[in-house]
Amino acid sequence: MTYDLASRFAQTSGLLYFVALFAGVGLYALWPRNQGRFDAAARLPLDEE
Amino acid sequence: MTEGEAGLCAAFGLGALLCLVASAKAVDPAYGFHAGLFSLAAVAGIVAILRRYAARDPEPVPQEIGGKPNYNLGPIKVAAVASMGWGIAGFLVGCIIAFQLWAPALNLGLEYTTFGRLRPLHTSAVIFAFGGNVLIATSLYVVQRTCRARLAGDLAPWFVVLGYNLFIVVAGTGYLMGVTQSKEYAEPEWYADLWLTIVWVVYLAVFLATLAKRREPHIFVANWFYLAFIVTIAMLHVVNNLALPVSVFGSKSYPIFSGVQDALVQWWYGHNAVGFFLTAGFLAIMYYFIPKRAERPVYSYRLSIIHFWALIFMYIWAGPHHLHYTALPDWAQTLGMTFSIMLWMPSWGGMINGLMTLSGAWDKLRTDPILRLMVVSLAFYGMATFEGPMMSIKAVNALSHYTDWTIGHVHSGALGWVAYVSFGALYCLVPWLWNRREVYSLRLVEWHFWVSTLGIVLYITAMWVAGIMQGLMWRAYNDFGFLEYSFVETVEAMRPYYLVRALGGVLFLIGALIMAYNLAMTILGREANAPNPAPAAPGALVPAA
Repeated sequence: MTYDLASRFAQTSGLLYFVALFAGVGLYALWPRNQGRFDAAARLPLDEE
Repeated sequence: MTEGEAGLCAAFGLGALLCLVASAKAVDPAYGFHAGLFSLAAVAGIVAILRRYAARDPEPVPQEIGGKPNYNLGPIKVAAVASMGWGIAGFLVGCIIAFQLWAPALNLGLEYTTFGRLRPLHTSAVIFAFGGNVLIATSLYVVQRTCRARLAGDLAPWFVVLGYNLFIVVAGTGYLMGVTQSKEYAEPEWYADLWLTIVWVVYLAVFLATLAKRREPHIFVANWFYLAFIVTIAMLHVVNNLALPVSVFGSKSYPIFSGVQDALVQWWYGHNAVGFFLTAGFLAIMYYFIPKRAERPVYSYRLSIIHFWALIFMYIWAGPHHLHYTALPDWAQTLGMTFSIMLWMPSWGGMINGLMTLSGAWDKLRTDPILRLMVVSLAFYGMATFEGPMMSIKAVNALSHYTDWTIGHVHSGALGWVAYVSFGALYCLVPWLWNRREVYSLRLVEWHFWVSTLGIVLYITAMWVAGIMQGLMWRAYNDFGFLEYSFVETVEAMRPYYLVRALGGVLFLIGALIMAYNLAMTILGREANAPNPAPAAPGALVPAA
């Protein structure tokens, strides 16, 4: 395996991995069904014992 | 005696002996002093554990009392007090070196008080001693409250707080004696670095174990930011400090990287110390303390999740902007610049999220100086994170790099953002920890706010003018194509601004002294805020009895 091949593989897979991961985070954050959980979480510091 | 107490006593005993031997065989006096200091600290640790054992209940501390979590506040109190003490020391040394730049004779002609030794003492004292103790105190508090669980570990939290402060003492005394590996913000030598690694791993373990035993199913966003700060600092610290000591009995070591690789690793570390120590950790403070003080929920929890991941994904690439026009490959410089500019988005997204948390509570800015401190800190955060990416653009950097503009930029972030959000957090935290209704005096907080704000404004405007003037003078050519100004002419031109900067620093220090007095009175349980019926003025209407 040449350096060129190895670096191309690492760069491409790294790009896809990070983009997919960030897209997953975005979907999780914006998913409508999570609204209730996030509303509760936003109040977490206020609802202490 | 628990296994933990016995084990730690044994480890400290062994450590004390090893350090004593190392101290005796030291090849340089500073190393001998530090080995002796470690040995003494280990003995003090054993004494403290034994005294605590003699005084404590035989039963382990209950996790809950009456169905409510039995929060562990002792180590947090120590870190909170330490942060205030180190803060004043750090601001004071900053003022001293600021005056040294104006009048170099103020270094007294002693090697111990030269600018080169006091400057890392200042930066480490304010970043790692003041900021670090604020982060440890608030993180250990917030993780317990938002997990509804007592801090994990019995001795471990004490080890983290006291061990971290021992590192600070070793690092600071080392600088004065000339012990440094000359890496900016990573000056401590190899043995201090090893000690910090141990302390930091225990810190991570305490934090993770507390998250693991949480009773609240959701992990609050502030804990994500704290966790990113702890994990990333561990990684940065270990990689940037890979070094080979010349002798195990001497303080000098050499980094394993050399040339431009060393420079790249150093600024990968250096800029992420800004990104993960001075930003992620303090954003965690923002996400807990601003909602708490404003009594409003986080404006958009969704934005906070995207804010977190975007910040984490981008910051780690920004370091090469410190190495524009150097031997670093051009593509790497451009990469650093590009990611720095993209950082505008998460930085401003987070700032807006913090500011908008005040929706429905904006009136509190008028009446509550503590909330105002934190909101002004966000304004400074916005300014500094606008200015930073702009300065990372190569064409702008060609003017700004190596000038005092950089110093002005750093201090608008450090004084305006980091210190102000820390002050706000400490003003909230100290009454909570010592079970007081409110700080001793809100009027004194007002004084602190206005005196320090004036100081910051003097500081950053002086440095902007001085820095841009310096950069323009460096690049000025005359009609014959020669440089217009000699170096010393640029220094002469900046001298008045150095005095203004130093006076700004003094105002900031005075503000911190007001704060320390206020917090001390709070801890002592005094109350100046109590409604104090003023004696009726002569001739005033008196309500009928």
